[in-house]
Amino acid sequence: MLQIKNLHASVEDKSILKGINLEVKAGEVHAIMGPNGSGKSTLASVIAGKEEYEVTDGTILLEGEDIEDLAAEERAHKGVFLSFQYPVEIPGVSVTNFMKTAINETRKAKGLPDMPANEMLKMIREKSELLEIDRKFLSRSLNEGFSGGEKKRNEIFQMAMLEPKLAILDETDSGLDIDALRIVANGVNKLKSKDNAVIVITHYQRLLDYIVPDFVHVLYKGRIVKSGGKELAHELEEKGYDWIKEEVDA
Amino acid sequence: MSKYTEDDLREELKTKEYEYGFFTDIESETFPIGLNEDIVRAISMKKEEPEWMTEWRLEAFKVWKAMEEPDWANVNYTKPDFQAIAYYSAPVAVDPNKTLDDVDPDLLAMYKKLGISVDEQKKMNNVAMDIVVDSVSVATTFKKTLAEKGIIFMPISEAIKEHPELVRKYIGTIVPTTDNFYAALNSAVFSDGSFCYIPKGVKCPMELSTYFRINQGGTGQFERTLLVADKGSYVSYLEGCTAPSRDENQLHAAVVELIALEDAEIKYSTVQNWYPGNAEGKGGVYNFVTKRGLCEKNAKISWTQVETGSAVTWKYPSCILKGDNSVGEFYSIAVTNNHQQADTGTKMIHLGKNTKSTIISKGISAGKSQNSYRGLVQISSRADNARNFSQCDSLLMGNECGAHTFPYIEAKNKTAQIEHEATTSKIGEDQIFYCNQRGIDTEKAIALIVNGFSKEVLNKLPMEFAIEAQKLLEISLEGSVG
Repeated sequence: MLQIKNLHASVEDKSILKGINLEVKAGEVHAIMGPNGSGKSTLASVIAGKEEYEVTDGTILLEGEDIEDLAAEERAHKGVFLSFQYPVEIPGVSVTNFMKTAINETRKAKGLPDMPANEMLKMIREKSELLEIDRKFLSRSLNEGFSGGEKKRNEIFQMAMLEPKLAILDETDSGLDIDALRIVANGVNKLKSKDNAVIVITHYQRLLDYIVPDFVHVLYKGRIVKSGGKELAHELEEKGYDWIKEEVDA
Repeated sequence: MSKYTEDDLREELKTKEYEYGFFTDIESETFPIGLNEDIVRAISMKKEEPEWMTEWRLEAFKVWKAMEEPDWANVNYTKPDFQAIAYYSAPVAVDPNKTLDDVDPDLLAMYKKLGISVDEQKKMNNVAMDIVVDSVSVATTFKKTLAEKGIIFMPISEAIKEHPELVRKYIGTIVPTTDNFYAALNSAVFSDGSFCYIPKGVKCPMELSTYFRINQGGTGQFERTLLVADKGSYVSYLEGCTAPSRDENQLHAAVVELIALEDAEIKYSTVQNWYPGNAEGKGGVYNFVTKRGLCEKNAKISWTQVETGSAVTWKYPSCILKGDNSVGEFYSIAVTNNHQQADTGTKMIHLGKNTKSTIISKGISAGKSQNSYRGLVQISSRADNARNFSQCDSLLMGNECGAHTFPYIEAKNKTAQIEHEATTSKIGEDQIFYCNQRGIDTEKAIALIVNGFSKEVLNKLPMEFAIEAQKLLEISLEGSVG
């Protein structure tokens, strides 16, 4: 699904990623953990194609295709989805209208006609039930006045609607209370299949109790310094990141 | 495949031409340039006007000569040379008494290009239309259907002859000849426009529409609209405008007067798309317009405008809330791009008791443009329990444009309730990236964000107009994020 080789990236000439290697296969869940400022969100933005980030070396392959020169929307059309840590507000644009536009733009890029309205409605109904979203919520302006939990739930709702191949969840657990966390995690688990993959970026092990990863990677100073199974997450929860820092900086 | 950058977009915008910028070579009769009493008389004579009208014009001309062009607006432009403009131009083949079959085929071809059908068989659903090209009205559709209800909808030049008592009673009562420089000029030289009268208790069954077009070069357009809604009547009126692309600046100085008698309601919507000039700021229409309405008891006037065109706009559709319980509304979207300048807003004059006004203004600035909201809310001493709510939002794109808000409030009655809210925001890279990440390209993302921003006002427009306006917003702003 995703192959990242020796990825170096910088923003405003500041080098942040310094040689990332990562392979994510279809059907897998990978967790990326690490202390603040280690480059976790940068990695997510670079994969999604944010313009300010410059790839200085290395490659990103999505299903074998180099996506480095593709614009963010083209990557989205190929099935890359990013659940944002801080989703932005778009006043006056309803969640429904936004989703309709996103789905139809993606279909247009694939040479498909707009999704028929009844099909769209059916899909919205199903997916909003899956995430226990009140239908009224969907007519509100995108993220405007949403609570932290509503914003994150809305991100996962969009993921459900767009059915991506590769979903990157950037700190989806931050700002969620335990009930919201469970709903969001349930949603992600139900959307998981053998044909798609999920990268969970998180600070804490908490979310990983609900979305169980196949692999856990520790990112520090722009490199993956340790990889392991889900037990690595527990170890980090217990011991913090200091021992890893010491190991690396030694 | 390389990325489609903002620079590519900007480049594309520059080469994007004004869609209505063509010129139609129709044979026209144009007066010599310059303005003096003889020209004023000649216009009046050309129109076969009665003596009182000629005198009224001459009086206005006298007033105008003593006035100076105002310069308090937040706009910069070379003042027009009023002696270098031709004050009358008319397509010669047009004779208002002839039927559509007699209309110059070139003229009909021009309408077709503008997307207007004057053919009643193929007309827009339920819209009666008056079309003004340069100085004269060339076609009014649906006259008969309207006449059955007693509704008068015709070129003002005809109304002066056919219904002199009505025109004489109301013209200049809302915007007097002495009101301001451009209104005085318009009063002296206006050549056509629309007149509309809705009788007592009649709900006008269709949208009335006037379409203005400047075609001839070196001319000014000075149209005059007078709309009277008698007691308990209702009318929705639409106004659209375009002009050819020219290097020179063309002057458009219109006057619109609305009179809503007791319990009447007037909804007046404008989509203004005059030529804005090119990307370097050369050419474009100077749009200096005076629009004002009077509300008697329980009456309501609602102005909705979508302003995307003109090089310079100076325009303040206003309401005089004279009668008790009367209501004034102003909903505006003003878009400026490249070197456009707009100074627009409204005046709500509360004279009656329990009068209410609402102002929603959405300014969108891109390129190197300047966009100002200027509004006055005035509560007189006898206007007990007057209420006003104003909201002025500005959206900026790029770092070279400006948004300004000048709200004036004068309250002389302690029971007044006045609320004012203002916001300024910028289309952020983050918003664009968020949309991109969901598969929406930058151009579509801007359209989505702008439409969301303008929604409250777009919703006030009649349906067909709203869709048109939405498209117009997208065209005006394509690729303007920096």
